[in-house]
Amino acid sequence: MNSLLNVILTTDFAFSVLRVTTPILFAALGALISNRAGIINIGMEGIMLVSALAGVIVSSYSGSAWVGLLGAVLAGTLIAGILAFFTLQFKTHIILGGVAINMFASGGTVFLLYLLSGDKGSSTSLPSKVLPSIDIPVLKNIPVLGPILSGHHILTYLSIVAVFVVYYLLNRTPLGLRIRSVGENPHAAQSVGVSVVKIQYMALLLSGFFAGLGGAYMSMGYLSLFTRDMVAGRGWIAIAAESMGRSTTVGTALTSLLFGAADALSNALQVLKIPAELIATLPYVATVIGLVIYAVSETRKKNRKVKSPVVK
Amino acid sequence: MFKSKYFEVIRTTAVIVISLAIAFLIITLVSDHPVKTIGIFLLEPLSTKGHIGNVVEMAIPLMFTGLAVSLLFRANMFNLGAEGIFYFSGVVTSVLAIHLTLNSWLHPLVAIAAGSIVGALLSAIPGILKAKWNANELVTSLMFNNILFGIGLYLLNYHLRDAKAFANVSYKFEKTAQLSKIFQGTRIHTGLIIVVVLIVLAHLFLYKTKWGYELRMTGINREFARYSGMKTAKVIIMVHLIAGFIAGMGGSVEVLGMYSRFQWTSLPGYGLDGALVAMLAKNNPLSVIASALFLAYIRIGADLMSRLSDVPSEMISIIQAVIILLISAEQFLKFWKNRMLLKEAKEA
Repeated sequence: MNSLLNVILTTDFAFSVLRVTTPILFAALGALISNRAGIINIGMEGIMLVSALAGVIVSSYSGSAWVGLLGAVLAGTLIAGILAFFTLQFKTHIILGGVAINMFASGGTVFLLYLLSGDKGSSTSLPSKVLPSIDIPVLKNIPVLGPILSGHHILTYLSIVAVFVVYYLLNRTPLGLRIRSVGENPHAAQSVGVSVVKIQYMALLLSGFFAGLGGAYMSMGYLSLFTRDMVAGRGWIAIAAESMGRSTTVGTALTSLLFGAADALSNALQVLKIPAELIATLPYVATVIGLVIYAVSETRKKNRKVKSPVVK
Repeated sequence: MFKSKYFEVIRTTAVIVISLAIAFLIITLVSDHPVKTIGIFLLEPLSTKGHIGNVVEMAIPLMFTGLAVSLLFRANMFNLGAEGIFYFSGVVTSVLAIHLTLNSWLHPLVAIAAGSIVGALLSAIPGILKAKWNANELVTSLMFNNILFGIGLYLLNYHLRDAKAFANVSYKFEKTAQLSKIFQGTRIHTGLIIVVVLIVLAHLFLYKTKWGYELRMTGINREFARYSGMKTAKVIIMVHLIAGFIAGMGGSVEVLGMYSRFQWTSLPGYGLDGALVAMLAKNNPLSVIASALFLAYIRIGADLMSRLSDVPSEMISIIQAVIILLISAEQFLKFWKNRMLLKEAKEA
């Protein structure tokens, strides 16, 4: 146990929690926006994967990491746009659309990677660029806090900023109000002149935008290249985090951090010889438990409401 | 002239034609010898007995999961848990195939039964959560896929792994556990008979029994079914049990029919493919046979294409995505149906 504490109670561990939380947080924020608009995007995993590859390809051909980032984000938004077009225009079922996106991404990225690099495993032969990490002046010299908070990847800082942006967007702007109203009651929103389809388009595009940032982080920060299926379930963890965070910005961000910590912990727990395979299931188990608790309490509340007038 | 009642057939055909056209387009863009490559993609699966065998072998697991998913979709349950159950039941069956000593009749029977029952029980969990507390079956089933995969992989790595094999695979199954081949020169196994029988049973169940009727009515409108006296919670749990049983049996049969060791270190994907098969089959059990064969055919075609030409087989996942997007698109070609309906109304 002591050896475990020795691992956890270090600044390195706290640093790595933030590092592994970043992609989950981005995608969870994306899932949050689309869910609030009443349209569940289960294609996050696939969108992240496509963006990760797009970042590598664009940055290696343009020679600039920033252009690569732009490419990744555009690719994510584009894929979300395709999903939106089919679900909103053609009335494809949103879940099946998400399944299609994931299927497309897992094979399509390998297909494209093979055509461009002749390799089906990773993008080692492409000279892709990496976005920089930043030392924050003053903060970096403070003991404990410095080594934890300073020196992170630029997208890690951006993900934290994004939490505030999304909170502001959803709760303080007209667009946010419309997104929430469409999600809660599309007919009511429609009746007061809100275009439901337009708002859901916006929400899906935004979810693709954030998943794109998460994907860019995977291949231009977390790692410095693209490897096959490199997102490895982070899109699903993000959906889990959003779901367990009860579709609130603060809840989603905190659960993402929690799941990030669980992820970082799975490396640390190997000291105790607890199998990593089992630790990896923790976020999902937590989400199922969270969902059940919520569903049970909601059902009780509803039952009470139904019964109470009769009792009186 | 086309009649509006044939609309679904026309639409499915249109989707297949469009997706094949996109496949040809991709091949033309990528390949140095497009005509030859398209020829391989389309015809090579029929060229030898072995290749035809490959198509049928690939179709067997797709029929299992396609059948399981179509029953769930029929009850309007968006449960994608077949994926994890398929995997986990495969693990369960492998444990019994390695450790039991039985004769060659009983051994596969016991191993498959165990895998199927485990599948049914696991599948019931999201079903009960949905039926009793209205917990979203989609999210719980997706979470379960990852949980079951984690536990299965743990069992493989820590309890079943054969250190002497130079790969991440389990010990060898007992010879008695493996399913026998039914056609010489191919690897088609008795699983084919099992799944076809299962499909016919599912057809009879769905259209000829009271339970099947209740399942269909609950799928069309749960509230209405409840007000007409059906116990919809029971129906929902029942369909989850049946679908889990079928998906679990699929995993068990696949493991014993095609492999001599358990070797899946990632989810095999048949559960999600099952959703595609179910959609192509319009959730009709009997049509699952044809749609699974179609999907298996283009996959084997792509596989052979990547071996014999310069186009990688991953092209097929792009085609699959196009099929799913179009086949479930309610509005796709709807204007045409409306026009047909108008015309028929005028003629009448």
